[in-house]
Amino acid sequence: MFDIERWQEIFDTIRKNKLRTFLTGLSVASGIFILVILLGFGNGMQNGIEKEFQEDAITKVSAWPGVTSKEYNGLNPGRRIRFMNEDFETIGYNFNDLIEYGTARVYVRGATVNYGPESLAYDLFGANPDFQFVENIKMVEGRYINQTDEKAYKKVVVIGKKIRDDVFRDLDSPIGEFLDISGIRFKIVGVYSEMIDEEEERIIMPNTTAQLIMTGETQVNSLEYTIPRMDNFEQAVATAKALENSLRGYLLKEHQVSPDDTSAMEFGNALEQAKRFYGLTNNIKLFFWFVGVCTIIAGVVGVSNIMLIVVKERTREIGIRKALGAKPWSIVGMILHEAIFVTAISGFGGLVFSMLLLEFVGPHVEIEYVLNPSVDLKVAVATVLLLIFSGTTAGFFPAWRAARIKVIEALRDE
Amino acid sequence: MIEIKDLHKSYKMGSNSLHVLKGINFKAEKGELVAIMGSSGSGKSTLLNIIGMLDLADTGEYVLDEVPIKNLSETKAAQYRNKFLGFVFQSFNLINYKNAIENVALPLYYQRVGRKERQEKALNYLDKVGLKEWATHLPSELSGGQKQRVAIARAMAAEPKVLLADEPTGALDSKTSYEVMDLIQNINDEGNTILVVTHEEDIAHMCKRIVHLKDGVIVEDKKVEQVRASEYVQ
Ligand SMILES: Nc1ncnc2c1ncn2[C@@H]1O[C@H](COP(=O)(O)OP(=O)(O)O)[C@@H](O)[C@H]1O
Ligand SMILES: [Mg+2]
Repeated sequence: MFDIERWQEIFDTIRKNKLRTFLTGLSVASGIFILVILLGFGNGMQNGIEKEFQEDAITKVSAWPGVTSKEYNGLNPGRRIRFMNEDFETIGYNFNDLIEYGTARVYVRGATVNYGPESLAYDLFGANPDFQFVENIKMVEGRYINQTDEKAYKKVVVIGKKIRDDVFRDLDSPIGEFLDISGIRFKIVGVYSEMIDEEEERIIMPNTTAQLIMTGETQVNSLEYTIPRMDNFEQAVATAKALENSLRGYLLKEHQVSPDDTSAMEFGNALEQAKRFYGLTNNIKLFFWFVGVCTIIAGVVGVSNIMLIVVKERTREIGIRKALGAKPWSIVGMILHEAIFVTAISGFGGLVFSMLLLEFVGPHVEIEYVLNPSVDLKVAVATVLLLIFSGTTAGFFPAWRAARIKVIEALRDE
Repeated sequence: MIEIKDLHKSYKMGSNSLHVLKGINFKAEKGELVAIMGSSGSGKSTLLNIIGMLDLADTGEYVLDEVPIKNLSETKAAQYRNKFLGFVFQSFNLINYKNAIENVALPLYYQRVGRKERQEKALNYLDKVGLKEWATHLPSELSGGQKQRVAIARAMAAEPKVLLADEPTGALDSKTSYEVMDLIQNINDEGNTILVVTHEEDIAHMCKRIVHLKDGVIVEDKKVEQVRASEYVQ
């Protein structure tokens, strides 16, 4: 390998057989290129789908009240279940270790909303300060509802970006403006953005304010929680399921509902849905791997084909070299050395080129469900090494046969 | 220098076997210039290839410079070819992508001579065959006679004990043939042992001894008055 004379001989050969070298190199480089791009997009899809779900609270577990359909403990069916503030507080206390953020929601129905003379028709509800984290809401202006607002029953609201764009487009900022909600003035303190457009058409106020001023009750319309961040997906799914079961157990008992009454309450678990999507991405990745491996196999076959042709083309030269005193191993060495060198250079060339492409173009890719396609360098390098190794192995046999061929036969070959 | 006793060689072709050499006995001393003659298919090339260790005899003894050539591994044979023998072929057998000097330097590469020394030696031998100015030309840019002179320079560069030439003038016109023979005579004058296979009488008479092959045996072996090729070359 470190025989400088042989390196010089190899460079001479390469320099004087540019087309052959170029074609070998091209097939190797393009194989690696295709593989890296494919793997990159496989990862990109995974990133994209992960992002989509993160935006919409992938770890959310919720409960909504309904109407009982079964008789239980002497209570008639048809009873409307009401979740109360105490439910929210007790759950937060009891299942502290399964919960990262929690919020209750209070719907404000039948209220009129006006901005100056303009009448607005948007969803209106109360929520806790942690609603921001449960729903993964990003503030674009001002602030979200905080503990002080909640404790002091402040008459403040945050609005979705779409409302700002529709109603307040003439202003620099809607912050500090007042909305008239059923005759009461609410100050706008923040504007938020969401992944889904409809979720930007909402007006949110503190739960306490909504209950005190609007409904006059301590009832809430939904309970929503997120679980703490888990190391892996399976663990997260299990935790979410545990939280769902805990919620169910507590709420059924507290509200005296038959365990098999499916209409009395409804539970939502986003992770179980996400799991299906994850399965899908895994399949897509698997598919890309499959295509990639096929590409590599094609590359290996290509390299060994080229090796066969190269050896065939050089049979006479090999005969001459042997007549001049080349030993069989030096012939094998010469052919493989050149093959390894060309494969390595072009393989890493293709690798660098495709990685650069992913590096610079990747972040700008804006296809739905594809985000920042990128590739693990280790995987890519391993692939190149595999290609070099298998190309060499495939090339060894024709090289060995050529080295063993009798000189007079090699020289007769035209 | 060369000693051959009762050498046999046959080629197998399917179920048939063609007995080409049927008991060759031959000796050549150092400094001889021997022509091997015979009609086409008489086994001249076969004999030369065995002497050159490019092919193996079936039975018989072969001693080259007091070294018995028998049961050689490929590697050993390659070593001996490199150290002891130089070849000149009818079809030149130059490597087409290497220029003249690189072709001449190639046997030295296999002798593990350093690059710089290789270049110097190769240029020196190219000079001897009168092609110093053509050192960087590819074989495709040379005439037939020039190619054969490059091939002779290459064969001599390794400083072999024996130079083997199989119809070296077979592809050349008579004027060029004499130039090549002149070169071979000069090399012989310096004391080198040379075997030349030919079927041309005039070429054979430019050697010092003629061996005649027929039906697989040597039928005639005579010393001749050497005709100097330079008489025909201007
Ligand atoms: N590799 C081979 N296989 C079979 N027959 C061969 C082979 N080489 C030579 N021959 C045959 O052996 C005979 C002698 O060939 P060769 O030594 O080349 O003759 P010459 O050089 O005198 O013309 C010919 O009949 C030729 O056809
Ligand atoms: Mg012949």
